Amino acid sequence: MQTALLIEQLLNGLQFGVMLFLMAAGLTLIFGVMGLINLAHGSLYMVGAFACAAVAAWTGSFWLGLVASLAAAAAAGALVELLVIRRLYDRDHLDQVLATFALILIFSEATRWVFGSFPLYLDIPPLLQGTVPLPGGSQYQLYRLAIIGVGIAVAIGLFLLISRTRLGMRIRAGESDREMIAALGVDIRTLYTVVFALGAGLAGLAGAMIGALQSVQVGMGEPVLILAFVVIVIGGIGSIRGALLGALLVGVVDTMGRALLPWLLTLALEPSEAAATGAALASMLIYIVMALILAVRPQGLFPAGS
Amino acid sequence: MNREAVFTAVLCLLLLVVPVAAHFLGQPFYVTLATRIAILALAATGLNIALGLGGLVSFGHAAFFGIGGYVAGVLAVHAFNGTPLLFDLPGTKSMPLIWLAALLLAGLAALPIGAISLRTSGVYFIMITLAFAQMLFYFAISWPAYGGQDGLPFYVRNDFPSINTLQPLPFFFICLSLLALALLVFQVLRNSRFGAALQAARQNPSRLAAVGIAPFPIRLVAFVISAMITGVAGALFADLNRFVSPAMMSWQMSGELIVLIILGGVGRMAGPVAGAALFVILEFTLGGITERWQLFLGLILLGVVLFARGGVIGLVAGKVRHG
Repeated sequence: MQTALLIEQLLNGLQFGVMLFLMAAGLTLIFGVMGLINLAHGSLYMVGAFACAAVAAWTGSFWLGLVASLAAAAAAGALVELLVIRRLYDRDHLDQVLATFALILIFSEATRWVFGSFPLYLDIPPLLQGTVPLPGGSQYQLYRLAIIGVGIAVAIGLFLLISRTRLGMRIRAGESDREMIAALGVDIRTLYTVVFALGAGLAGLAGAMIGALQSVQVGMGEPVLILAFVVIVIGGIGSIRGALLGALLVGVVDTMGRALLPWLLTLALEPSEAAATGAALASMLIYIVMALILAVRPQGLFPAGS
Repeated sequence: MNREAVFTAVLCLLLLVVPVAAHFLGQPFYVTLATRIAILALAATGLNIALGLGGLVSFGHAAFFGIGGYVAGVLAVHAFNGTPLLFDLPGTKSMPLIWLAALLLAGLAALPIGAISLRTSGVYFIMITLAFAQMLFYFAISWPAYGGQDGLPFYVRNDFPSINTLQPLPFFFICLSLLALALLVFQVLRNSRFGAALQAARQNPSRLAAVGIAPFPIRLVAFVISAMITGVAGALFADLNRFVSPAMMSWQMSGELIVLIILGGVGRMAGPVAGAALFVILEFTLGGITERWQLFLGLILLGVVLFARGGVIGLVAGKVRHG
């Protein structure tokens, strides 16, 4: 296999990982601070993508769409938190799973109601349409590089937000002892709404950026949601650092597995058999990795608070 | 008799009488609907052993449901084509043999899955069981020998000695009998020494360990039994539709099984039956009224979680004595 192809796949893996990080960061914050399992996080990703597609089609500007995706997903997140989620914090995980499962049904059907069943398409903005030469002679899409850049920027921003600002201090305090910070006079309910909206906004941003690579359709959030759960479980629930490393690990392992496994297996098997087995193994690969990691470290790689 | 027992009796009576009445009124469709209720209730009864008694929130029981389904499908297709399966073993169209195979295979799969998953707890357990189910789901999708993502149809329903399974009503009675058997197993388990240990493992694992019983083997056995029952339900579900597809293993299916239990009432014997009946009836009536039935189903589910804790049976019979 050529180096150029390898580098390209590695970048694809990074891009996928960075996108997973945007989803996983919100999930892990929400779980770490509020102790809530949010299955509806994938719906917020979908809301972001639809908002971006609709606004981009209406105004002709992808950038306005991107802003709209952040705003719409954060607003939807805040609304859902106020109406539903805040009643679930002191319930057990079972009730949370059921309630957010119900929210998925509601979001999906409502979106289908508003936008119809046909997928929408979102164009890559002209500024980012070109390609960049890679060492080894091949070309790489500029847009995917931009996604990696945005992801890194968000990761740094989140890190600064959590370690350097007053809001971040409150989020960390909320993770370790919610009664105590409430007793110190912090409005814990508002803090929860803000954290939820922040996570939702990041999910919406991810949805909008991926919407330009794939089609924007109902149900696009759920596969990503499951992967984001894999990411936070591998990384250690509640840990942003774990989410980042877990996301990159999952993104790269998944992409490289799909590219390399069928090829590796041709060394041992017939070509047609190798293709089938390789594809089957590659799609199971990250779940195998997750099971292995959890079997060895049941709390994930970077348990929060360690 | 307390109110829960009365409710359960009425529910079981309705599940017996309504399909028979529908059959004699010439409405075989309702018999099929009731069969669907019985099969989903059977699958959820399996899960209820792990989830209700043991507090093990498995988000991957669709894997065992799907394994049962594929056992039925694969054996039936091999029997139909006359091709040998493995080691020159032929396929079969006999339901009891298929159930046995589904039971064993689901149990065999649950053993390593449970052994690894039970090292974790809480959300990690939810997610690792989900991961195992996804593994099998993607395996089923990308393995071309048995239909891959298109699924595997088999044209004739499997046989049961001296019963015509092609008729809706006899097939319904087969499913109902298995459901009754599973409910009996659930009840016997719950009141046994094993059941007491399992429920103690849910309530306080340290105290259970302190009296000299290790929680891990208890939970593992419960998980395996639970998977076996769900596996048999999967085989019946495949027979009902004469079709299996990876969708039976999808995470939505796992979610639906959990929903059935919570809707009916967690840890109650008749919880899965009430939940499955309500779910299928809601799906059917809402689907008849509006194309957007999922929206209203979601709203109703949300209402149940927020305002009717303890599910339908909780509403009717009051709070559980969490014994």
